[in-house]
Amino acid sequence: MMFFGRKTTFAHGIHPPESKDDTSGERIRQFEFAPVLVVPLSQHIGKPALAIVREDQEVLRGQCIAEADGFISVSMHAPVSGTVRRLGLTPSITGRMTQGIFIEPFPGSTQEIMGGTPIDSASASPDEIIRAIQAAGIVGLGGAGFPTHAKLRIPDDKSVDTLVINGAECEPYLTADHRVMVEHAADVMAGIPYLMRATGAPRAIVAVEANKPDAADALREAIPDGAAITVEVLPVKYPQGAEKMLITALLGREIPSGGLPLDVHALCVNVATTAEIGRLLPQGAGIQERVITVGGPAVKRKGNYRIQIGTPIRFVLETVGVEDDITRVFLGGPMMGQAVSSLDIPVTKGTTGIIAFTERETGHVGNTTVYPCIRCGHCVEACPIFLNPSTLGLLAINDQHQQMADEFHLMDCFECGCCTFVCPSHIPLVQHFRVAKRAVRKAQAEARASEVKA
Amino acid sequence: MNFLLVLTAVAAIGGLTLVLASLLVLANARLHVAEDPRIDAVEDMLPLTNCGGCGYPGCRPFAEALVAGDVLPGKCSVSPPEGHARIAEYLGVDVGAEARRVARLACAGGANVARDHAEYAGLSTCAAAALVAGGGKGCFWGCLGHGDCEVVCDFDAIEMDGQGLPVVDEELCTACGDCVTACPKDLFSLQVAEHRLHVACKSQQAGDEILEDCAVGCTACGKCAMDAPELISMQDNLPLIAHGRARPTRTAIERCPTGAIVWIDPQSGPMKGEAARKIIRRGALRNAPT
Repeated sequence: MMFFGRKTTFAHGIHPPESKDDTSGERIRQFEFAPVLVVPLSQHIGKPALAIVREDQEVLRGQCIAEADGFISVSMHAPVSGTVRRLGLTPSITGRMTQGIFIEPFPGSTQEIMGGTPIDSASASPDEIIRAIQAAGIVGLGGAGFPTHAKLRIPDDKSVDTLVINGAECEPYLTADHRVMVEHAADVMAGIPYLMRATGAPRAIVAVEANKPDAADALREAIPDGAAITVEVLPVKYPQGAEKMLITALLGREIPSGGLPLDVHALCVNVATTAEIGRLLPQGAGIQERVITVGGPAVKRKGNYRIQIGTPIRFVLETVGVEDDITRVFLGGPMMGQAVSSLDIPVTKGTTGIIAFTERETGHVGNTTVYPCIRCGHCVEACPIFLNPSTLGLLAINDQHQQMADEFHLMDCFECGCCTFVCPSHIPLVQHFRVAKRAVRKAQAEARASEVKA
Repeated sequence: MNFLLVLTAVAAIGGLTLVLASLLVLANARLHVAEDPRIDAVEDMLPLTNCGGCGYPGCRPFAEALVAGDVLPGKCSVSPPEGHARIAEYLGVDVGAEARRVARLACAGGANVARDHAEYAGLSTCAAAALVAGGGKGCFWGCLGHGDCEVVCDFDAIEMDGQGLPVVDEELCTACGDCVTACPKDLFSLQVAEHRLHVACKSQQAGDEILEDCAVGCTACGKCAMDAPELISMQDNLPLIAHGRARPTRTAIERCPTGAIVWIDPQSGPMKGEAARKIIRRGALRNAPT
């Protein structure tokens, strides 16, 4: 698609197999309640929420059970009406045990959602909207889990001229956002005015990849008369769903190294997040469930399900049924998702998909020989932010982490995995970079700590 | 024959050499920084391992600090006591002897007692495995066994045993702290070598659930603390030993039902109590069914 002679996409990137056909036509279905749900207090970036319930307390679905602790933190709400069994440790995808609230649903409850004070997008002040979004417990539902309200507060020296609603969903297998756009286009359109009012953005663009024409049509039909909202269809390419790439593709603006979309007067919000805002704020409710794609070759009843936050992955997989030779389970898509080490990890606000694979797809994992870098440059051509993964990889093997950060912009890498995908030598580049980034952050934190002491 | 040409070349280069050499001689004399000769002498008496265990970047900066009187020789954890004494005598200062420290691992969950929940396939380092949902180990706090500490140890004091746990040779360990930094699970700590009681577990989970993942985990039963409230207190569901307040005895390890507290014997290494001794198996456990 051309406009002003410019192709609306970004440079570099890759085309992994989409593998979306199994679930893209599946309507969103409500999922069962697990016998015990575990709501972790830390499902977002920032400070964990503070539990305000005690053991044996009875809670109603949608009731606030943990309050935000500070600005970069959000509330948690009961995913079911039931009894709080205990507060204890639960495994999480980060690899640490985190505090969680264990809730047992009431048998036979109607499970109606408890609402609160509705917020109107036309009359509420930006501050009221930001507080309501925090109280509703909304975080970026695209996977990163950054509290949405925190990015809506625009510093005085910055401004937003375009609100970008991210419906790219470029990860293979995932179709949850696709179905939300098709079935809940009205919620998306109801959510956008809240975001525009909170940020002062004069226009909004919903970006959809060309492999979801039905979503684009549904959204276009749902645009209210006179609203400054447009729907743009972008060519399919990975990682278009990364906000840096999406803003470059749509607006032709490049976010500076180490910068934020605000530096180019744009703000990017995930489409599912927007739909939740449009669904929850008019009733004053909090987020207690989300749409998740349960798919992959090992899953028997693949589909898009509305699953309660806190449902253990084990329960999800048992309910949908899995093949006997299931080997690996991912949260999120296969490119940027995380392999899980325990099936007791509960579904959180950041879970976009649960993808399971069998021996046939993952048999090579761990048995692949890693060859030395032959300097072919495929990774350099694939990197969407113009890093040099080849050199970075060679430095990583020698643990030259600081040099990677200082001279080769390691910290700009957002771990999309394009370099690893194309590497003919099977070098696990992204894993090297994750380790390096962690080491650099640790060194920075230590340097700060010793400065404070000195 | 171009004899003259050769001569000219030799003369030119020779002359240039002389001029530059005299420049260097001059610079050396004019720009000379008077340095305390004791620094060199002290540096020669140090072990020159540049391990950083003293808190200084290397042996030379440590020697400078010694001569400046900022620190006492006993801070060097690599030198034997005789070495400390020599430097102290040379500088005319106190030895400042500090209790010898060694690195100890707060995990006893080898493959024979601890289960894995998942199989990890990827870069074979602990740092990388820890980033993939914490690695495959059932216990989220436990040792991942890829041996980052063994690689980082400059003194060959750490060796991985048959069950995938690092074993520290307390004779060779110089308490430089490299393994403490390398471990992504923060399992190593520098402890006074004389202290015999050691908590070989970091699981903050209370209750018997941990035993499904690791037979030698601490269940936070608190029996050890009940017996010696002066010595042991429970913190974050783990025993905390207050060395120096009371004289530790072997009673604590006899009280421990799982063997999470060990007595480090100078000759035979870590010892468990009677109740826990029967847990030890030889073969590796199978992974837990998922």
